[in-house]
Amino acid sequence: MLTAPAHNIPAMSPDTPLLNLLFGKLRLDSVPWHEPIIMIAGAGMVGAAILVLGLTTYFKKWTYVWTEWLTSVDHKKIGAMYIILALIMLLRGFADALMMRSQQALASAGGAGYLPPEHFDQIFSAHGVIMIFFMAMPFVIGLMNIVMPLQIGARDVAFPYLNSMSFWLTAAGAILINASLVIGEFSHAGWLAYPPLSELEFSPGVGTDYYIWALQISGLGTLLSGVNLITTIFKMRAPGMTMMRMPIFTWTTLVANMLIVAAFPILTVTLALLGADRYLGMHFFTNDGGGNPMMYVNLIWAWGHPEVYILILPAFGVFSEVVATFSRKRLFGYDGMVYATFAIGILSFLVWLHHFFTMGAGANVNAFFGITTMIISIPTGVKIFNWLFTLYRGRVRLELPMLWTLGFIITFVIGGMTGVLMAVPGADFVLHNSVFLIAHFHNVIIGGVVFGCIAGLNYWFPKTFGFKLHVGIGKVSFWCWLIGFYIAFLPLYALGLMGMTRRLDFVNNPVWHIYLIVALCGALLIFVGIIAQIVQIVYSIWKRDELRDLTGDPWDGRTLEWATSSPPPFYNFAVLPKVGNHDAFWDAKQTGTAYVQPKSYEPIHMPHNTPTGFLIGIVSAGLGFGLVWHIWWMAGGALLVMIGLGIAHTFNENRDYYVPAEEVKAIEDAHFANLKKAGN
Amino acid sequence: MSKPSNPVEAHNNQIDSAYDHNPNDTHHAGDHHDEGPKVTLGFWIYLMSDCILFASIFATYAVLKDNIAGGPNGRELFDLSYVAIETALLLLSSLTFGLSMISMDAGKLKAVIGWLAVTGLLGLGFMGMEIHEFMKLIHEGAGPNRSAFLSAFFTLVGTHGIHVTSGLIWMGAMFGHLIRRGLTPANRIRMMELSLFWHFLDIIWIGVFSIVYLMGAA
Repeated sequence: MLTAPAHNIPAMSPDTPLLNLLFGKLRLDSVPWHEPIIMIAGAGMVGAAILVLGLTTYFKKWTYVWTEWLTSVDHKKIGAMYIILALIMLLRGFADALMMRSQQALASAGGAGYLPPEHFDQIFSAHGVIMIFFMAMPFVIGLMNIVMPLQIGARDVAFPYLNSMSFWLTAAGAILINASLVIGEFSHAGWLAYPPLSELEFSPGVGTDYYIWALQISGLGTLLSGVNLITTIFKMRAPGMTMMRMPIFTWTTLVANMLIVAAFPILTVTLALLGADRYLGMHFFTNDGGGNPMMYVNLIWAWGHPEVYILILPAFGVFSEVVATFSRKRLFGYDGMVYATFAIGILSFLVWLHHFFTMGAGANVNAFFGITTMIISIPTGVKIFNWLFTLYRGRVRLELPMLWTLGFIITFVIGGMTGVLMAVPGADFVLHNSVFLIAHFHNVIIGGVVFGCIAGLNYWFPKTFGFKLHVGIGKVSFWCWLIGFYIAFLPLYALGLMGMTRRLDFVNNPVWHIYLIVALCGALLIFVGIIAQIVQIVYSIWKRDELRDLTGDPWDGRTLEWATSSPPPFYNFAVLPKVGNHDAFWDAKQTGTAYVQPKSYEPIHMPHNTPTGFLIGIVSAGLGFGLVWHIWWMAGGALLVMIGLGIAHTFNENRDYYVPAEEVKAIEDAHFANLKKAGN
Repeated sequence: MSKPSNPVEAHNNQIDSAYDHNPNDTHHAGDHHDEGPKVTLGFWIYLMSDCILFASIFATYAVLKDNIAGGPNGRELFDLSYVAIETALLLLSSLTFGLSMISMDAGKLKAVIGWLAVTGLLGLGFMGMEIHEFMKLIHEGAGPNRSAFLSAFFTLVGTHGIHVTSGLIWMGAMFGHLIRRGLTPANRIRMMELSLFWHFLDIIWIGVFSIVYLMGAA
């Protein structure tokens, strides 16, 4: 709240050398005490944190939390933590969405609304950053973490400790974003922080610095998990699982992670250069000194467009698994699906300029990028038809994951078509920066990524935790989301065509008022959907004994993750499965080899848990905080501690152990007893 | 973490038992034998991502190199003979690292450490020269905040320098590992990855030398 008058009282911020040394730019009045909305939100956040810590202490669960979760290197638990983080951040990001919708509804009929402009600017920036980096990304990475190793018949990822570190770096980024709510301010420069607005001259506060360091730290985590998951897929597939026998979700995981490894370094560089401008007075993107702001826009979208495919490809993978399972058919056009995934992956690097046709690159350049953008809809169309043909004459079961998939197919096709519309540079000159664009990308991101994540959540929840999610409440959530989405975003298409631009905190046009009221109603309906989802999870935990999955195969599944118990033992597979075809588990069920207990077991080689990843992650939040506030001793100290911890870890040679065969046998006997109980 | 089976190391029989928690269990060979290739593949993937990181900075440099904002350009600033010595140090350090790896295959621990130390000294020399060049430029008023060209120059060369420094820190840890445990399978993997990293930085430097210095001074 740098511009808020209450904070510019010089008497409140003494600048002595000692204070500067100890606290950098941080002062007591960096906390916006005078902003009731922020204080209430902050109190809620701190209160929730204290509640969680208090309950953990009260129930004496600290040892459990430490040994089973914080220090865990088990890919399933790390995946679950990613998704918990995503759900928490979904609430935070959605609160921002509701505030924007209500502000625009209130401030379009003559009123001024309740949010001052500089606060509104922070809210739309935070909404975008949180939803993409800390909701969608952790959600898909969480699903990939939980499911992919199980699908390829592996016992963990290639580098379990690195996996834990990746998660905690992501969590550190999320901590920084949330800290910015209460301590200082968040960026007001939009979710991609375009310069020159994000330069020191126009954004002298700490908001942009929070943005830079939160994304740098979590981006490092994402990059490392990309390296990890690719290596896992290439090196750890079960015997007999050739590349063209991998489940489609594993394929999309592979391509998405290749995109991560290829695209995230560009983000790292872009943000580092912006940081160099802000911290070291350099001139990459400034107006003066020969800087070139459009260079930033090009670089950030060279990462940014692949990023949206990093999010959507795993969602496509989820839908492919769900459609095949709930149609009780082999997926139509497996090979086509694989090639389409690769085509999308490659094309995603050739379209970045369509985000700024208005830059003035010239007709030929714009035409090139317009055409590549349209071409991307071809492999995407291939996928849509593959899903439809899989459904065709299948024995479709309308379970929750299937409902979300059907909702996706319809919604995503609409969103895709409005995208192709904007791929026409001429049309884009009219629609650029309008709320039509907002409607378009929410149409594909909610209709594609979010629906995919929730379909995946419903589909794999029983695998991860051993019980299904409640169907009735899940249906309430689905219909609220689906209908709410259309009510919230169809008006924005209309408003965009009428000329309403994005990011307005005040709209002086009574004609638009009613559309904004309708959009707010839609957002509220989605809110009911989100609440229903939380109720669904809580209620299902409460009624878990009734929803228990004893067989490990609650949906009559086709791929290897269903071949083990629910939840899987920490070693996943007592005996590594042998794969002879697609849909390995389905084949095994057909040939009667699925539920045959082996006569004896062998000891299993597993990694030890380690706190190093957790500690490095937490200390990295200190590094970010020190850098944001120019508290150099804190930043330097944190960096040294991180390097020290990393090196010390390499000297720990006691990283793995053998699970004795007797222990494996006991666990497996219990599973086979459950199978008998369930009648298999 | 265990016995790698890649051909370079396969002939060596001096296997430390640090990772053998269960040496009597011969049937776990499958678990053990994929660690080396796995780490190497993962490290290669990381290196390729680092390559893209440098590519982005090279691209930025290419776009901004003529934006000198009235300040000095490359021809006025670069001293090619100085940079040639710098380059020679780094290239030589790649050679000495290669000799260290050959000693590792021959199982000569002392030679491994010796050549690695020479490599480290050459690396330190390179960094010393680079820092000296940077100081001199800043002193002359041609610091990174003078113009977009100089921002890009300092960032590109400096990012390479940060990588070399990381390599040197890694080397420091490597000495610890080698002295503590000798040529164990785990240390052989570490040496393999460190050498990949070091040669990779050499290749990047050839790009820096050609594009920044040679083309800039021409």
